[in-house]
Parts: sequence; structure tokens; C-alpha cells
Amino acid sequence: MNKIAVKVDDLTVAYNYKPVLWDIDLKIPEGVLMAIVGPNGAGKSTLIKSILGILKPIAGSVSIYGKPYEKQRQLVAYVPQKGSVDWDFPTTALDVVMMGTYGSLGWIKRPGQKEKKAALEALEKVGMLAFKNRQISQLSGGQQQRIFLARALVQNASIYFMDEPFQGVDATTEIAIINILKELRKAGKTVIVVHHDLQTVPEYFDWVTFLNVKKIATGPVRDIFNDDNLTKTYGINYQVSIQE
Amino acid sequence: MSNAQLEIQLIASLVAVACAIPGTFLVLRKMAMISDAISHSILPGIVIGFFITQDLNSPILILLAALTGIITVVLVEYIQKTGLVKEDTAIGLVFPALFSIGVILIAKNANDVHLDVDAVLLGELAFAPFDRLLIGGTDVGPKSLWVIGTILLVTIALLILFFKELKLSTFDKGLAASLGFSPAIIHYGLMSVSSITTVGAFDAVGAILVVALMIAPAAAAYLLTTDLKKMLALAITFGVFSAILGYWVAHWLDASIAGSITTVLGFVFLLVYLFAPSKGIIAVMYREKQQRTEVSLLTFLLHLKNHDEIEERHVNHLNEHINWQKVRSKTVLELALKNNMIHIENNIVSLTKKGNNFTSKAINYIITNEDTQIEDMKDDFFLFRG
Repeated sequence: MNKIAVKVDDLTVAYNYKPVLWDIDLKIPEGVLMAIVGPNGAGKSTLIKSILGILKPIAGSVSIYGKPYEKQRQLVAYVPQKGSVDWDFPTTALDVVMMGTYGSLGWIKRPGQKEKKAALEALEKVGMLAFKNRQISQLSGGQQQRIFLARALVQNASIYFMDEPFQGVDATTEIAIINILKELRKAGKTVIVVHHDLQTVPEYFDWVTFLNVKKIATGPVRDIFNDDNLTKTYGINYQVSIQE
Repeated sequence: MSNAQLEIQLIASLVAVACAIPGTFLVLRKMAMISDAISHSILPGIVIGFFITQDLNSPILILLAALTGIITVVLVEYIQKTGLVKEDTAIGLVFPALFSIGVILIAKNANDVHLDVDAVLLGELAFAPFDRLLIGGTDVGPKSLWVIGTILLVTIALLILFFKELKLSTFDKGLAASLGFSPAIIHYGLMSVSSITTVGAFDAVGAILVVALMIAPAAAAYLLTTDLKKMLALAITFGVFSAILGYWVAHWLDASIAGSITTVLGFVFLLVYLFAPSKGIIAVMYREKQQRTEVSLLTFLLHLKNHDEIEERHVNHLNEHINWQKVRSKTVLELALKNNMIHIENNIVSLTKKGNNFTSKAINYIITNEDTQIEDMKDDFFLFRG
């Protein structure tokens, strides 16, 4: 078995004392492309946000390659849900991608030529170089998602967390995004994706975590992506045929 | 122009710049109402500070008042976090409470204190040049000029140092947090600057109008640009322009300077709101009309492409069949003719080669939904410019 990239121990998160994540234990091996699936309100986004220190858990701990997240920020990139930001903000596509470099710069220091070059390369990778000076509200939903992906790529991290990157994108963009994610995995990166479309799980991912407030199961898609776990997670009989 | 006049305009301009900078970020963070809350709730801070120092320009008073501003923000957030009331309700609960404490304090001590509610609400810029700062017996200018000048310098220094952090946490709080730029620190930093600026501007323009100086220039700038730095520059320009013009309006009308500045700010915003090139009301209406015409033209061309039958392509039939009114049919027909999309022979409309070509491309565009293609199309055909 590979090294463990992300380890979550006894994590419990509550909003107003109502637990939304309950005693989660999770080990994510290095180099997997993992889907987190579960019904609405299962705590999928909350899990990611707690791992990244955006939300404070009431119990439990998280480690990235054996150390707390605060010490390992440079190793982690995060793609929030597209709807979490105001796309009317006065800025350009290139500028948003540059924001990915801020973490390595730290406080006060400003991005320079090196950061700009990295951002342009990331834009090219997601096929958005032609739109670099476009104001972000003038981009389609799929293009905005690509910008977010480029912003994560520019961080050149080891672990990528993505919150519903396929939400509201067309088929072409979805394929483009998944191809980039597969490339990341090929390069030895670990990619963790909150995902909604169960049909595409076997095709896109090699690792999966079923979540519904509690962890239902986690492991390789071919071993655990079955009707039994789906039923346990979603509470109704699910029939998803797995393409081998 | 007398020295006092110059000094008043200078103070007003510095206040405008100092307000426009935090104001821009407040507008982008959708927190305009917080500036209203701060501007009112610093009153008890000012009154208590005035009891202690007997000087409206004392640094102790400014810090005390700014602290009340921060307390307002903390209280609003605390009430909101309980989940029992929404943010706007929390704001509406907190600042009148604090403001009324200030009002009562003034009323109770009206005999001993040279501080009246009118001056607090509206400020009195005209008196600013009378309160001089003396260093070793030498007059170095009005005190309020030094106060707002210092505040402005600090604000500019903070803006330059933390521009990147402010931008990131304003646009994407989640990413800022995950990259280690604590959004809470930046949030309270911005709130502190807003509070201190409000106190500094308070003396000049009063509690109500300082809100206008923070919000109106930024709101106008927002409609004119898609670049944060340009937005800041424009907000500052609008602020200074309104401050100086407002002074002269007050001079001519013999009216309140603060009131005139705010009126000018209102007009500046109104003009931008109406005439901004892409986001202004008139531009939006024009664009909608243009889009309606574009869609009509495409519908018309597609109809011609789909129907070879003579009776479907008769000029009169188009009125009846596509169910447009005469004026609209005429507009669309003329636009198509002008762009060489169609030719009309014996009242029968046919697509030209160019029209045929254009329509095929347009169908392709509609199917693939690629924005880039329609841009090319416009260039190819010099269309929609009539």
C-alpha cells in the first residue's frame, strides 16, 4: 500500500451543536483519484472544509503526510464550489489564477513575473489562455470552473481538494476537467473530489468514499462501489452497473 | 481664494480619499450597511472621548470612538451568529442602541459640552480652519487637516502592503483561509480602518454623510470598470471631485458644505448609473433592444432558409406568418437588406449567398453554444451596427 496522504481521525463537526459529520476516520492513500459521494446534507463539503481548516471541528484531528494542515499548506490546493464566490468581482481570469500563487508568497510579498508565467501556463493547460484578460463575469459556467481548476494547478500541490468541479458544466468541459485530473493522478498527485453523478464514478475515479454524516465505506471503486454501499448511503435501493 | 477656503477644500478632499479606499472594499464585500452602523454607533465613543479630552481632534477620542465602531461589528456578528436574526436585522438592532446612548449622553451634559447633535449628524467643515494646531507656538494648519492626513497616510500604507490579501479575502474567503491568510484578521483590519476613517471624517462631514463618501464613489466606480485598481482610482477621483465641487456649490448657495458634497455625490452616481458604457441603465436597455433585433433577424433568416416555397417567402406573408407587427417586420427586413443578407424580387424574399452562409454559421453557433464563434461572426459580416 502507498503512503497515506491524508489521515482523518475521529473527526466530528457540528453546526450549532448539531453534528453534520460524526466520528469520521479516513485514510486516503497517495496517488488516488477519489470521489466523495453521498446525498445532499451528507457533509461532503464540510469534510473538505474541515480538512483544510476552513471550519473548526469540535473533535478529532487531521493530518497531511503525518503533519497538521497548518504546516503543510504548500502541499494542498483547494477548488471551492463555483457558487461560493461573486463572479461580478472586478478582476480578470489571469488575476484569479494568480491568486493560486499567493500561498507560496506569504503575507505582503507581491506576485511578479515568475507567478505570472506560472499562471499563464496553468491557463494554457485548461485551454483558457485566450480568455486571460476577460473579466470573470463574462465567462460561461464551464469556463469559470476551468479558471478555478487553473488556479489550483498553479499551486503545484501534491493533494488537490475539489468541491463539485462538474457542477453546471457542459459535457466538453467535464471531459476536459476529468482528463486533467487523470493527468494529475498520473503525475503521482492525490485528487479528492466531491462528486454527484454516481453513473460516472467507475469511469472517472479509482477510489471512493461513501459519506452520509457517518462514513459508510472507503476504498477502491472496483471493490466497494456496489449496490449494498449505495443503498446504505442513500437509503434507497440503488442499482448502478459497474463497467469493468 | 482665501487660505481658509483652500484648507476646507483640502480637508474635504483628504476625507474623500480616506473614505473611498475602505468604501471600495465594503461595497465589494456587500457590507455597505456596516459603514452606516459604524458611523452612528461611534457617537457614544466620541462623546465619552470628548468628556475626557475636551478636544474633538484628540487621538484618544479617535481611538475610543473607533473602538466603539469595532464593538458594533462584533456585536452585529455575535447576534447574527446565533442564527435567530439575519444580518440586516442585527445591524438595525445594534447601531440605534449605541447611537441613542450617545444622544442621551449629549443631552444630559448639554450645558458643559460644546457638542450638539446637529454638528454630530452633519459636521461643520466651515469651522474646521478655526481650530489650529500649534507646535511650539507656530501655526502649522488646521487640526482636522493633520488628523485626516495622518489617517489617510496609514490607510494608504496598509492598502499598499495588504492589497493582495484584501483582494483575495474579498473575492474568495475560503481560498484565503486555506492558504493561511486569516480572513478574520483582514476583516477586522478593514473594520478598524473603516472605523478610524469614519471618526476622522466625522468632524468634517458628520455621521450621516460619511456613509455617502464611503459608498457612493465606490458604487459609481463599480459600474465603470472591471479592474480593482481602476475601481479604487475612480472611487478616489469621484470622491475628490465631489468634495471640491460640493464646496463651491455650498459657497454659491450659501448652504451646508457637507450637504452639498453629498448632493454632488448623488448626482455623480446618478450620471454613472444612467450613462456607464456597459453597465449603465441606458447601455443595458440599448443592448437588450439590440439583442431583440438580433434574435428577430436570426429567426427571420432561419425561416427563409427552411422554406423554399414561394408563398412562405412573400413580403406580406412574413408579417402574418412570423406574427410580428409591421414596424418590427420592416425593421428586420431593412436590417437584413442593408447587410446584404437578402434580396427582394417581386415581393419575394430570398437569402443571398452571404445571408445563406451567415445563417449556417449562426445555426452552428446556436447548437455548439460557443461564445467565440459569434464574435467572429460579427466581424465577418459587419452586422448589427445599424
